[in-house]
Amino acid sequence: MWATPARLQAKGVIGMNRRNIRYIGRYNDRRLYPLVDDKLQTKLLAKHHGITTPDLIGTVSTQFDVKHVVEMVKDAPGFVIKPAKGSGGKGILVVERQQDGGYVKPSGARIERVDLERHVSNILSGLYSLGGTPDVAVIESLIAFDEVFAAYTYEGVPDIRVIIFRGYPVMAMMRLSTAASDGKANLHQGAVGVGLDITTGAALRGVQFNRPREDHPDTGHGLASLYVPGWDALLHLAASCYEMTGLGYLGTDMVLDRHHGPMLLELNARPGLAIQMANGEGLRRRLDLIEKQAETRSVEARVAFAQRHFAREGELASSA
Amino acid sequence: MSRVPFYLLVGALLVIGIILTIFRHFHYDVPFMPGEQRQIWEVEAQVNFDAENGPVRIDLALPSNQPGFRLLTENTASSGFGLSYLRDDKARHAQWAIRQANGPQQLYYSAQLLVTDGEEEFLAEPPALQRDIGWERPYDTAAREVIDQAHERSADAFTFTRELIKEFTDQRQGENARLLLSQYERPVLLTRLLNQANVHARIVNGLRLEDGRRRQSLTPWLQVFENEKWVLINPRTGEQGKPDDLLLWERHGNAVLEVQGGSDSRVSFSMLRHNEPASVAVRNQFADDTLLNFSIHSLPIEEQALFKTILLIPIGALVVVLLRVLVGLETSGTFMPVLIALAFIQTTLITGLVGFLLVVAVGLVIRSYLSRLNLLLVARVSAVIITVIAIISLFSVMAYRFGLNAGLTITFFPMIILSWTIERMSILWEEEGPKEVLKQGFGSLLTAVLAYLAMNNPWVRHITFNFLGVQLILMAMILLLGNYTGYRLLELRRFQPLAKDD
Repeated sequence: MWATPARLQAKGVIGMNRRNIRYIGRYNDRRLYPLVDDKLQTKLLAKHHGITTPDLIGTVSTQFDVKHVVEMVKDAPGFVIKPAKGSGGKGILVVERQQDGGYVKPSGARIERVDLERHVSNILSGLYSLGGTPDVAVIESLIAFDEVFAAYTYEGVPDIRVIIFRGYPVMAMMRLSTAASDGKANLHQGAVGVGLDITTGAALRGVQFNRPREDHPDTGHGLASLYVPGWDALLHLAASCYEMTGLGYLGTDMVLDRHHGPMLLELNARPGLAIQMANGEGLRRRLDLIEKQAETRSVEARVAFAQRHFAREGELASSA
Repeated sequence: MSRVPFYLLVGALLVIGIILTIFRHFHYDVPFMPGEQRQIWEVEAQVNFDAENGPVRIDLALPSNQPGFRLLTENTASSGFGLSYLRDDKARHAQWAIRQANGPQQLYYSAQLLVTDGEEEFLAEPPALQRDIGWERPYDTAAREVIDQAHERSADAFTFTRELIKEFTDQRQGENARLLLSQYERPVLLTRLLNQANVHARIVNGLRLEDGRRRQSLTPWLQVFENEKWVLINPRTGEQGKPDDLLLWERHGNAVLEVQGGSDSRVSFSMLRHNEPASVAVRNQFADDTLLNFSIHSLPIEEQALFKTILLIPIGALVVVLLRVLVGLETSGTFMPVLIALAFIQTTLITGLVGFLLVVAVGLVIRSYLSRLNLLLVARVSAVIITVIAIISLFSVMAYRFGLNAGLTITFFPMIILSWTIERMSILWEEEGPKEVLKQGFGSLLTAVLAYLAMNNPWVRHITFNFLGVQLILMAMILLLGNYTGYRLLELRRFQPLAKDD
């Protein structure tokens, strides 16, 4: 039920306090936070650096413009409305398709025009933003996620979280939404976390509610066969976010689009620690190794370094 | 990045804090424990008035030794005014005078009173009966009837007074009583009636002593005489006898405050209780205030009372830091629990918990309706604030109706904070489900209860109020905790699967 601190220490597990002081406090300059806390800024910055992100349909920044939302999304089959300064996935509304003047969410639930407008209005009032400050609503086109993942998700888009430490990809996991998580990709809400091998992008082990999991709870598909195609490209994209933002301890959320390949969804200057659970391994050893690297390396060299040092054997039975 | 300056700062804070504390303990004889001491009340009267651009004379009645209280020292503060203490017919009063004054003026008088066992009676001469009490036309019959009624149901002056007061209390208030009350104030009316019935009685003014109270006023009491004996009777309830916490400020039937050459005059009282070792209690300890005797006790009492609460807040903050950094408890709003704990101090724990849960639960129900109205955030939270005020008013009235006086203390809750709590909980409910709401709600309440227990502990209250050095020690502790990189208690459970051998 309980682990001793010494045991966790020996396993290299990092706790919240250590993360906050030792990594976020030391490597993330507060001045740079707005770059990642404001999704609109991140998007524009990414465009500038040639990093692909989902298409921007438009933004809404005044209550007056709220009634133009319907017009804005008129031609988009599916779209996502998110608060620019939201955190933890709060306030993200996903519309899969439009039907008879209404909007259908991935769950099949239908919402009306007023619901859509209220949601945008709430975003503008700052309901979902950090500190409750007035916010901007960002409307993006829906990602057509790669079909290789269709069997591993329930309603939501499976996203890939890579922790980038001083530009090196140190650990990665895929988050699969489930019925229990209500289509959301948050592990504490019941999404399945799948640790990914940094070298190959293949699944290492699955976790749901802190317990090992060999298959997706809703689709029943075995996790052992899960791997991310185009893994190297994805890692390059993630690692280059270091140059883009200057943040030393960074969580990058990526998706694989059917047509455009790996895309940056959002960045996080305070990435959570659940990734250790999904990988069944503490971050400490990897972070210590990166901290010892004195020389500055190119993106390619950093990815190669990580792939060389952080290789792992999967724990999943391949028979599944 | 060197951590040396950090540890130097923490070390300096610790050393200075400990030295200040020890110095105060040994040099000023302030004990570390609150028990075995004499209680001292420090009472401050503040006289306010507007001077009318000319000579002003102010007379303020002063308290004297009486059963239960012994006057230790008294001080006044009044810039530019001449002052003399006068004593006539055994009544004491202070007289301030000035040749020329204009605009609002403030005068202070403070007294230190030692609480004694004082069972001995003090003698008081009965006042002369007022013979010529004139009643106007409809009131004379009413007065006579009320007196006759009370007379029939009583045996002596004391029971007569009690019956008379009963005539004027809510349950038995008759037509006559209502008529009389419409013309006269209750205490004045009662003395008039008593005098008319040949009972020697007068109004004296008392002060209810309650620790940390500010802006209090005197309450009138009836002193009723018969055969060399007298008793004090509460004109509002008819209860007989002097409560222990009642200080008779003026007990000769004179006016408490008289101002000549000024208008809009009033007097208000602040009071504070502190404990002193018996030896120190007798001599005036705070006469020589040096810089080293850096103590809140040198402030006016009104501010001292305020500080008694303010100095507890760091304790609450420490509890929050401990629970978040060492335990990893989730709360809704970081320091919201401290504010709730402060409210608990006023309401007592059980009443506070019940009140808090009631307000938040009803608030959540109403908030869920508001969310359907599609409102802007600021307007919605404002609506929640008004709702919270309405709930609190409703509960207060209901509690009063059911005779639960404890329910009235619900008004001590910080309403804006409660409204934000409801708003946040409601959003949490919509987004993460009721489980998360319960989790955070439980975390917040647990933190609030622990902070309350820490802040309400008599020893903690004694230490924080009497030793300012402790604040520096608290600061050092919080700084050290802010530097803690180890695991949180709940993480030992969260990461437990990682500790297993593969």
